[in-house]
Amino acid sequence: METQNLHSGFPASLGRAFIFFVQELGEVTVFFLKGLALIFTWPPQVRRTIEQIHFIGAQSVPIVMLTGLATGMVLGLQGYYALAGVGSEGALGSIVALTLIREMGPVLTAIMLTARAGSAMAAEIGVMRISEQIDALQTMQINPLRYLISPRIAAALVSFPLLTALFDMVGIFGGFLTGSMLLKMNPYLYFHRVRASVEMEDVTGGFIKAIVFAVIVITICCYQGYTTHRRQGGFGARGVSNSTTRAVVMSCVLILVSDYVITSLLR
Amino acid sequence: MSQPLIQIVDLSKSFSGQKVLNGANLSIYKGEITTIIGKSGGGKSVLLKHIIGLLQPDSGQVLFDGVPISGMDKARKKAWRSKISYVFQNAALFDSLTIFDNIAMPLVETRRIPKKEVAAAVEKRMAQLDIQAIGNKYPSQISGGMQKRVSLARALITDPEVVLFDEPTTGLDPIRKSAVLSMISSYQRRLGFTGVMVSHEIPDIFFISQRVAMLDKGKVVFEGPPQDLQRSDNPTIIEFLQGLEQPRDSLTGLGTQQQLSKSYEAEADRSARTAQTFCLVVFSLDNLEEITEQSSHVMGQSVMADFAVELGRHLRVFDSCARYGFSRIIVVMPNTGMDEAKKLISLISRSLQRKNVVPIAPYKDFCLMVSAGFAQAGVQESIEVVLERAADDEKNLYTFKVC
Repeated sequence: METQNLHSGFPASLGRAFIFFVQELGEVTVFFLKGLALIFTWPPQVRRTIEQIHFIGAQSVPIVMLTGLATGMVLGLQGYYALAGVGSEGALGSIVALTLIREMGPVLTAIMLTARAGSAMAAEIGVMRISEQIDALQTMQINPLRYLISPRIAAALVSFPLLTALFDMVGIFGGFLTGSMLLKMNPYLYFHRVRASVEMEDVTGGFIKAIVFAVIVITICCYQGYTTHRRQGGFGARGVSNSTTRAVVMSCVLILVSDYVITSLLR
Repeated sequence: MSQPLIQIVDLSKSFSGQKVLNGANLSIYKGEITTIIGKSGGGKSVLLKHIIGLLQPDSGQVLFDGVPISGMDKARKKAWRSKISYVFQNAALFDSLTIFDNIAMPLVETRRIPKKEVAAAVEKRMAQLDIQAIGNKYPSQISGGMQKRVSLARALITDPEVVLFDEPTTGLDPIRKSAVLSMISSYQRRLGFTGVMVSHEIPDIFFISQRVAMLDKGKVVFEGPPQDLQRSDNPTIIEFLQGLEQPRDSLTGLGTQQQLSKSYEAEADRSARTAQTFCLVVFSLDNLEEITEQSSHVMGQSVMADFAVELGRHLRVFDSCARYGFSRIIVVMPNTGMDEAKKLISLISRSLQRKNVVPIAPYKDFCLMVSAGFAQAGVQESIEVVLERAADDEKNLYTFKVC
């Protein structure tokens, strides 16, 4: 009776969930580290990495620019009215630039990339898993981690910071559009405040975030796809749809959580 | 017997608490085709996946040349893995790559070979498997039968020593089914690889396998030559074989080998009682291999089917007739002596020569070379012995051409 009590009830299920979480965390970490290490094995997978940079990076340029522009314009609009209330609308440039470079740029870029590239990766790798294509790679002595995951990690590490920079630039320009074109603010003042207030460490902080988000998104999305068959009901189209959903939700949540942690550490 | 190339010792494997393999033992010998049969969901594919290392056993071992795979060092394991190929049940082609890239993949990724050589090797295999024109297509754009052949081409591109086939004929029509099996068999003879196949195609697999193993409840309950399996008195085996027995041979529409054996036994019994003689006739398509080479395996098998239909029309109502191997048809002629059999065969051969047996010629100047041998069955002689005599007796061998 006593042992039965130990293995049932709320504390036990909490314990099981925690053990599962720790196990999963360990596996995800090993998955990422292996994938990262395999980038540096000979011969380099130049073509596949460039293909992935094209997919994650180049093809995401329009959506990142659009989101950046919209975010910058909204920030310009909201910021202007808020600042005008206290009579300091001249600080609009600082507000827009710092908000974008420190927070909005890395976070929104990462979320957009999760939606556009991360989900696609989870689905693609998931389909390869359930249709035994990953097993086929193994039988041919091709390391699936090296073949499928490494080029994606390398491509994400290159693409995320660059797209974040693009987002920031377009966003600052968007703030300029609303501030100065619509609300007739002095354009020189806007850019002067941008230059004067942004420090190198703001930019570095933003880039550190972009790199961390790249690691999170790529690892979670690839891992979810790669382990589709191990989940409950991980068969067929339903299995792939489950792992894609899980990949997107987990990536977004982890982006927001880690954003807070990094911000508090960088202060 | 010599040492097996691959030995499976006491292999057990469970999935979510359910035992799929429960102490399975199996030996696979070099240069032979071993076919694993058994009920669906009986762990046949699981056994195959253990051989190539896609699954790890809960207990037990897989030995290669006497050495356990689990105990091999990295280099040795790599060397072993490079000798073995796997043909997946559902082809498992890379759907975002072209057919050409799919077949080239094992060479491109694991061996440093110049592009030109890779292309030459791929084209050679594609020509052999009759899939030349589809190099630029994607797997979803070709038929299931073609996908199987592409998957076979991909498995053979590295010239493996061991090829594992997981249900290579499932979902194919009778002609293509026989074509795939005849292809496996002819490649096996030509390239000399060791084959391990999971299949349900009884009796077709008996024609091409040197050894058959039957898996039941996670254990290997029979292991040996196909003839022994058919003679086995183990109730599980009898029940399994009867369950798969079909009223007609799927390729030719003739009777099955099992039915023929039964009517042979019945005739043997009758002749022992009444002293009536009966004969066994063997029709062989002597140039079937040549037809296959000049056109394709599918064509070869459809020529066989056409010939069988025409031959069936020429036999008497009480003759029973069945396909026996890829290129042979045998006929049991009850109540027939040697002289009568001779007359009948000469009649059949003359009539067949006048007919258009094969409606579509596989290639220019095509002729079908047929030989017909016959022998009288003696008292208490087994069908194999009479068969051998019929095929070897040159005095009583008719050969004729059907063009």
